Amino acid sequence: MAAEAEFAVAEGDAGPSAGRAPEPVALGRGRIVVRRFLRRRSAVAGLVVLVLMFLLAFLGPYLDSWGYKDKDYDAFLTGPSASHWFGTTQIGSDVYAQTLRGLQKSLVIGLLAAVLSTGMAAVVGATAGYFGGWTDRVLMWCVDLLLVLPSFLILAIASPLFHGRTWLVFVILLAAFNWMVTARMVRGLARSLREREFVTAAEVMGVHPLRIISRHLLPNMASLLIIDATLNVGGTIIAETSLSYFGFGVQPPDVSLGTVIADGTDSALTFPWLFYPAGVLLILTVMAVAFVGDGLRDAMDDAAGTASASGPSKGSKASKASNAAAASDGSGASSVSGAGA
Amino acid sequence: MGPFLLRRIVNYLVLIALATCLGYLLAAASLNPREHFAQRQPQPPAAVVDATLDKLNLNDKTPLPERFGHWAGGVVTGDLGRTIDDTPVSAEMGRRAGVTLRLVVIGTTTGALAGVALGFLSALRQYRPSDHAVTFLSFLVLSTPVFLLAVLLKIGAVKVNQAAGTTLFPYTNETTPGLGGGWFHHLTDRAQHLVVPTLSLMLGQAALFSRYQRSAMLDVLGADYIRTARATGMRRGPALVKHGLRTALIPMATLFAYQMGLLLTGVTFTEKIFGWHGMGEWFVDSINRADVNAVAAMVLFTAVLVLIAGLVSDVAHALLDPRVRV
Repeated sequence: MAAEAEFAVAEGDAGPSAGRAPEPVALGRGRIVVRRFLRRRSAVAGLVVLVLMFLLAFLGPYLDSWGYKDKDYDAFLTGPSASHWFGTTQIGSDVYAQTLRGLQKSLVIGLLAAVLSTGMAAVVGATAGYFGGWTDRVLMWCVDLLLVLPSFLILAIASPLFHGRTWLVFVILLAAFNWMVTARMVRGLARSLREREFVTAAEVMGVHPLRIISRHLLPNMASLLIIDATLNVGGTIIAETSLSYFGFGVQPPDVSLGTVIADGTDSALTFPWLFYPAGVLLILTVMAVAFVGDGLRDAMDDAAGTASASGPSKGSKASKASNAAAASDGSGASSVSGAGA
Repeated sequence: MGPFLLRRIVNYLVLIALATCLGYLLAAASLNPREHFAQRQPQPPAAVVDATLDKLNLNDKTPLPERFGHWAGGVVTGDLGRTIDDTPVSAEMGRRAGVTLRLVVIGTTTGALAGVALGFLSALRQYRPSDHAVTFLSFLVLSTPVFLLAVLLKIGAVKVNQAAGTTLFPYTNETTPGLGGGWFHHLTDRAQHLVVPTLSLMLGQAALFSRYQRSAMLDVLGADYIRTARATGMRRGPALVKHGLRTALIPMATLFAYQMGLLLTGVTFTEKIFGWHGMGEWFVDSINRADVNAVAAMVLFTAVLVLIAGLVSDVAHALLDPRVRV
C-alpha cells in the first residue's frame, strides 16, 4: 500500500517535466526522500527538537546574564528563581548557564566525532572492500581486535593522555574507537559494488583505484553513510557524557552534560534542580537524534518496492539500499562472532 | 561441530592475548603511578618511591618494553602482578570477578529474554497501541545512558521505599552488613539488593533486543514457509513459534555476542553507582590511582567475557541454523 502511494508521489513529481526524462529523476529522488521523511511524525518531531536544542545551546546563554564560569557568592544551593532560572550549585555556579554550556559542548563533540568516525569508516571499509586480499585481511583483523575491547575501556585508559590538551584531541579519540562496526558494513557494500559494470568500466579506462573509491564507490553509499553519521551522533553523545561522568572526558573548568549530571547525582533527591535539567536535555537530544536517524533510514531505503517502479536507473540504488539495510542489521552483530574467521 | 569450535577457540585465545597486551601497553603509557606516590603526605623521598615503583614493576624510568616483558612473563605463569598497594592482583580479581559475573549473567539473560518476548509480541501486533508503546519505551531507554538510568532507578527505589515504609529495594551494596538470621534470610536479602542494579542493566538489553527481534520477526511473518506450515494444518501459534521465532532468533544470537562489550561498559556505572565492589568499580578506581596492573586485569577480564559471549553465540547460531554446522 505504501509502495503505491510512493509511486503516485513519484509520478506526480515527474508529471510537469515528463518530456525530459533522465534529469528530473535525481530531483525526484531528493523530493521523495524529503516527502517520506516529512510523512513520519516521529522523525519530524525529532528534527524539531534537535533544532530547538541547537538554538537553546547556542542562543540560550545570551538570554541569561550568568556565564558558566561565574559564581554568585550570595546564592549557594538556591532553588530556581528569577535570577537563577535553574537554581545554583554548592559553589554558587548558575545551573542554567552550566547546563546550556554542557549541552553545547556535548552537541558539538557528538556531531564532530560522529562525522569523523563515519568518514574513517568509509575510507577504511571501502579500501578493504575494494582491494580485497591482504589489505582486506589486515584491515578487518584490526577491526576485530578493536572490537574485542569496548571503546569505553580504551578511552578511559587513554584519558590521562588528553588531560590538559584541547578537547579536540578527545573528539579525535572518540572517533578513533567508534568506526569499526560501520567499516564492516561499508566493506560489505564495497565488495558488492566492486563487481558492478560501472566500476569495471572505470577500471578498464585505467582510472586510479583511489579515484574509483572516491568517485564511484563512496557516492554510491551516500545514504548508508548519512544514516550512519546521524545515528552515530546519538552514540557519541552517550559515549562522551558517560566518560565525562567519571571525569575521563571533558575536563573542568569546561563542562559537558556528563559532568553536570555527575555533579548533581549525589544530591539529586534533595536538590533536584542540579540533576534533572541536564538529564532531561540529554535524553531528549539523544532520542531526537535516534528518531531523525530512523526517519532518514526509512526515507532513503528504497527497498519498499518503489525503486522498481521508478525506472531502471534507480534499480541499482535500490538494491544497494536494501543491502545497506541488511548489512546494518546483520554485520554489526556478526562482527564479533565472525572475528578473524 | 568439534573442529569448528576448536578453530574458533584458538582464534579467540589469540585475540584475548593481543587485546590484553594492547591494554597493558596503553595503560602503562598513559597512566603515571609516580604521581600517585608523589602526592602522598608526608612526601616520601625519591629513592623510596623509585624502589617501590621498581618492586611493583611500575617505574617509568624502566623502558616500557622491559616492564612489558616482566609483566607478560608473569601473566604466562598465571601471575597478574601486584596492585599499587602491593597486594596481588589475582587475589583481588578473584574476589571481584564473581560480583561482576553475577550482575552480568543475570542482567544479560533476563534482558535478552524479555527483549525477545517483547519484540515477538510487538511484531505480531504491529502498529497496535501496544507496539507503539513498546517502540517508544525502547527508544526512551536506548536514549538514556546507563549512568542516568541507574541514578533515576535509584531515585525511584528511594521513593518506593518511602511509600512502602520499609527498605523494599535496598540500593547500595550487595548485602546488608551484619545481617543475622538463616540462609533463607540471607538469600532474600541478596535478591532484594539485586533488583535495582539488575534493572539498570536489563532495561537497556531488553530495549535493544526488542528492536532487533521485532524487525527480524516482521521479516519472517510474511515468509512462504510460515504459509506452508499453516497450510499443512498447523495452528497459528505453534507455526509462528516453531518456524517463525526459531528463524528470527538467528540474528539475536549474533547480537548477543556484540552486546557483551556494551554491557560490560554499563556494569562499570552500575557497580559504581550502587556501590557493588566488582571489576567495574575497581577499573574506575584503578585508573584514578594509576594502577596499571589492575587496569590490565580488567582488560583481560573484559576480553575473556566478550569472547565467551562470542563463543556462546557461535554455538547458539549453530544450534538454530543447521546450515552452519556443516
